[in-house]
Formats: sequence, structure tokens, C-alpha cells
Amino acid sequence: MIRDITLGQYYPADSLLHRMDPRVKLFGTMLFLIAVFSFRGIAGLLLITVFLAGVIRLSKVPFRYMVKGLKAIWVLMVITAFFNLFLTSSPNIIWEWKWIHITEEGVATAIKMMIRLVYLILGTSIMTLTTTPNELTDGLEKSLKPLQALHVPVHEIAMMMAIALRFIPILIEETDKIMRAQQARGADFESGSLLRRAKAMIPLLVPLFISAFRRANDLAMAMEARCYRGGAGRTKMKPLQYKKKDYAGYAVLFAFFAGVIALRRFTI
Amino acid sequence: MSLILDKVSYVYGAGTAYETWALKNINLKIDDGEFIGIIGHTGSGKSTLIQHFNGLIKATSGGIYYNGEDIYDADYDLKALRSKVGLVFQYPEHQLFETTIFDDVCFGPMNQGLSKNEAGLRAFEALKKVGMPEELYYQSPFDLSGGQKRRVAIAGVLAMKPEVLVLDEPTAGLDPKGRDEIFAQICEMKEENNMTVILVSHSMEDVAQYVSRMIVMNQGQIVYDDAPVRVFGHYKELEAIGLAAPQVTYLLHEMREAGFAVDTGAATVADAKREILKYFNRSAAGNISCKRMDGIL
Repeated sequence: MIRDITLGQYYPADSLLHRMDPRVKLFGTMLFLIAVFSFRGIAGLLLITVFLAGVIRLSKVPFRYMVKGLKAIWVLMVITAFFNLFLTSSPNIIWEWKWIHITEEGVATAIKMMIRLVYLILGTSIMTLTTTPNELTDGLEKSLKPLQALHVPVHEIAMMMAIALRFIPILIEETDKIMRAQQARGADFESGSLLRRAKAMIPLLVPLFISAFRRANDLAMAMEARCYRGGAGRTKMKPLQYKKKDYAGYAVLFAFFAGVIALRRFTI
Repeated sequence: MSLILDKVSYVYGAGTAYETWALKNINLKIDDGEFIGIIGHTGSGKSTLIQHFNGLIKATSGGIYYNGEDIYDADYDLKALRSKVGLVFQYPEHQLFETTIFDDVCFGPMNQGLSKNEAGLRAFEALKKVGMPEELYYQSPFDLSGGQKRRVAIAGVLAMKPEVLVLDEPTAGLDPKGRDEIFAQICEMKEENNMTVILVSHSMEDVAQYVSRMIVMNQGQIVYDDAPVRVFGHYKELEAIGLAAPQVTYLLHEMREAGFAVDTGAATVADAKREILKYFNRSAAGNISCKRMDGIL
């Protein structure tokens, strides 16, 4: 079923990472992504792996649960590996058949890209697994605050993001229910030609759209009933505040990043 | 001919932090022509249970047999089962999609492979049975009131001529008049077509007067499976799981405790009235008893 998608869903647990300020995690994820794409050589990779493993341990999210999220992107990984393997040209050919040839550099980049992709997904999913959508948008809003001077509607963007995130599980559940209601009337979503299957989606999409619009309308009404009028002058019930562990988090992140940059000198 | 559930269990989100047992070891036998009420608190697993009846949800463990055939057999035709066990979901908004009411009701029969004419005939018949006024047949289902949307949804399943009709909260959100009308029509349809009808509800009072067998669920398990009157005898236990027996049950029990020898087994207001009158006619010294009644009421 569709609800089995785990990629990017919050996983409730009580860990240091869960309690950390979302800004630290946002910044950390960004730094981690840069590190994953800028490391060179085995030493750098080793440092990143150790760091990632440590963070996963710290998050108390079962590793098996994270790997389940990787299943969704294996097609992307295979395609990436395929292109790197066969389309890298260099004189160091190790295997050749007619116009297909595999080079040493091809193998190396294919492996490197695969590792990068996996780390990329794991790194970003640690953030979403340990941070609720509300915390995430709060963190984003506060981090982007300076942009308000340039008349960027930061609060509105954050609010839209929060609402969009909140609606994803609701709409997934709704789709599930509508699908079942139509299946109970003999609808068939799984077999037939592409055209037939596309046509079979109509009984699913019409009720889904209608309900999405109705929900949006209700939400707008409820917000107005509570006098929502945008971000101007709005205060938070739980304002984000850095604590000791957040500063420590920043320190670890900078040390890690400096380490990766320093290790770029060793290219093996 | 019957529907049998053998040790059915169902787990949501197995292997994650959200793992919950929606159903635990359910054994059930539903015979032809029965009129059953499934009662339970919100989240007691009743909606999950009925979706097993037509194979929409596959049990984590256990077996389901319809007319002696295992519905989990690899070559069992689930689509055919779904037209034999008709399931009407709680929210009609989840199934209405066509531009006219008539076309929407035709959707089920058309999926059964009937011709356009035959499907139309079935739709007419079904809409008539649920009491839709004919002048509405070619209007959009989205402009209807909640009660009439529900009628169209029921007609949409009825048009498939199911042998078993399962209705999930068919009267939720309706006013008392609409509720009574829908229930009366369901009873009528049951008599006419000799169907098995299963009503799902969280209100004992609503279904008590219609059904002949009541299944009470709590936390994914069947707590009681008996005639309504006998189920209401456990009114204190029912309260403990967040349900309530009909108000007349409380009245009759309190009367009994106060020394009036009434039979507490009345499920409806009409039955209770008859019972109380019978008692007072029997005890000639009505005056004294009436004074004592004042104390209770």
C-alpha cells in the first residue's frame, strides 16, 4: 500500500538528535551534502562514513527502517551507475565488446556515485526522521528571517510549507479510502492497458480533488475564524532557542567539515 | 452458504514504531439472511473487520471462507466476491464521481460486465429502492444533501445485487428523521431481496431495534456476540469500554433494583413501555408503586 513509504517521514523516538534545535540539523544536513560531494580519496570517505554511522546511532532510528526508504530510489541508483559505467571514456579499458567498453575510471566513478547517492539519501532522511514538519518549518522560518529585509515573505513561505507537509499524509490516507470504496464497486486499478488504467483513475481523482478543495476551504475558514493575518507581529508559543547541546552540535559539524576538507589533500 | 472468519488477525504498520494490532484472533460465522449489528467504539477495529469480508484488506494471519471457498486462494476471483459482498463506506464523498446520479449508480453494474441497458435497469431499480425522487436522477451528485448522497452511495452498491450488504455507519451525521428513513429502507430491502445485512455503528440505540444479532468489538477483539437483549444485560461492562446500552435498559434495571419486578430485556422504547404497563396493570396497588416510581424518575 501507499502508506508504506517511509522516505522522509518522522520517526518518533527520544534521542539527542530528536531534541536538537532544527536549525542545527538543517545546517548540518547542508554541510553534510557539501562534504559528500567534495570529499576526495578513501580517507575522506572513511571520515564521512564514521560520521554518518555515529549520527545514525545517535538518532535511535532503526537502521532497517532507514534502508526501507532507500528502496524507493534504487531505480535511480541503477541508472546512475549504468551511465557512469559505460559512458566514461579513458584509455584504461578493462573490458570491451563491440561498441561497449568499461574503463577503470568508469568503475571508480560508478562506485563513487552510488556511495554518494546512498549517503545523500541517508543524510537527508536523518533530518526528516528526527524532526517533525512543524519544527522543520519553524527552523527554516527563523534561519531565513534575514531575507525579510529583501521583502521575501518568509513567514508565508514557511506556513505554506507547513500546510503542504501536513496535507501529504491526509491525502495519502484519503486516496487509500477512495480506492477501497471504488474497489468495493468493482473498480480495477491494477490490470488492463495503459489507456484503460489511466481511465480507471477518474473515479479516484474526481473525489480526491473535490475533497482536497473542500479541505483547503475548511482550513482557510478555520484560520480566518482564529484571526490569522500573516506573520506581522506574530509571536511563538515555543520560540526556538539555542542550548548547550546545540552549540556542541555546531562545533562537531565544523570539526567534521574541516576534517573532510583537510583530507582532500590525500587523494588515494 | 455463509461467511466464515477463522482466527483472523490484522496488524497495521508491522515492523515500525507505529505497529498496532487492529484485529486479534477473530472467529465469526455469518449465515444467510442474518441481520447483524457490529458495534464498537471509534478505533475498535470494526471498519477494519468489515473490509476483510470482501477481501479489500488481506488478513495478516487466519483464513476467510465465503460459501465454503477460501478467498485467499491464488485463483479466487476477488472481483466477483466484491459484487457478492457489497460494502458501503461511511463517507459517500469517497465514491461519488460521475456527472449524474444515474451514471454514478451504473458504475458498479458496468464493472460487473453488464451491458449499458442492463446496468441502467439495475440503477433505476436501486435508486427507487433507496427512495430517491425521480426528478433528481440526472442531477449532479455533488449538489445533494448529506442524507441523499448517502442514499446514492447505498444505491451504487445495491445495483450490483449483492448477497451480503455491509453498511459502515450508514446514518452518521444524519438528523433523526433521515436516520429512521434510511434504517426503514434498509429493513425493507432486506425483506424484499432476502439479503444478509450487516450494520456497523457506534450507537447501540440506533441498531438495537433492527438487528437480531449484535457483535460488540473492543480493541480488535469480539467481546460479545449475542442477541441484542442479552448483550444489553452486560450494560456495566459495555460502559467500561466506552459504549452505552439504550436508555430504556438503564431505566428498567434501576426499576428492578428499586423493587419493581420488571423484565429488563427490552431493547426499544416501545418494548419497555409495554413491559412497564404490563407490570403496573399486574400489580393492582398501582398508587403506592407510582409514588415509588417518582423517586427514580
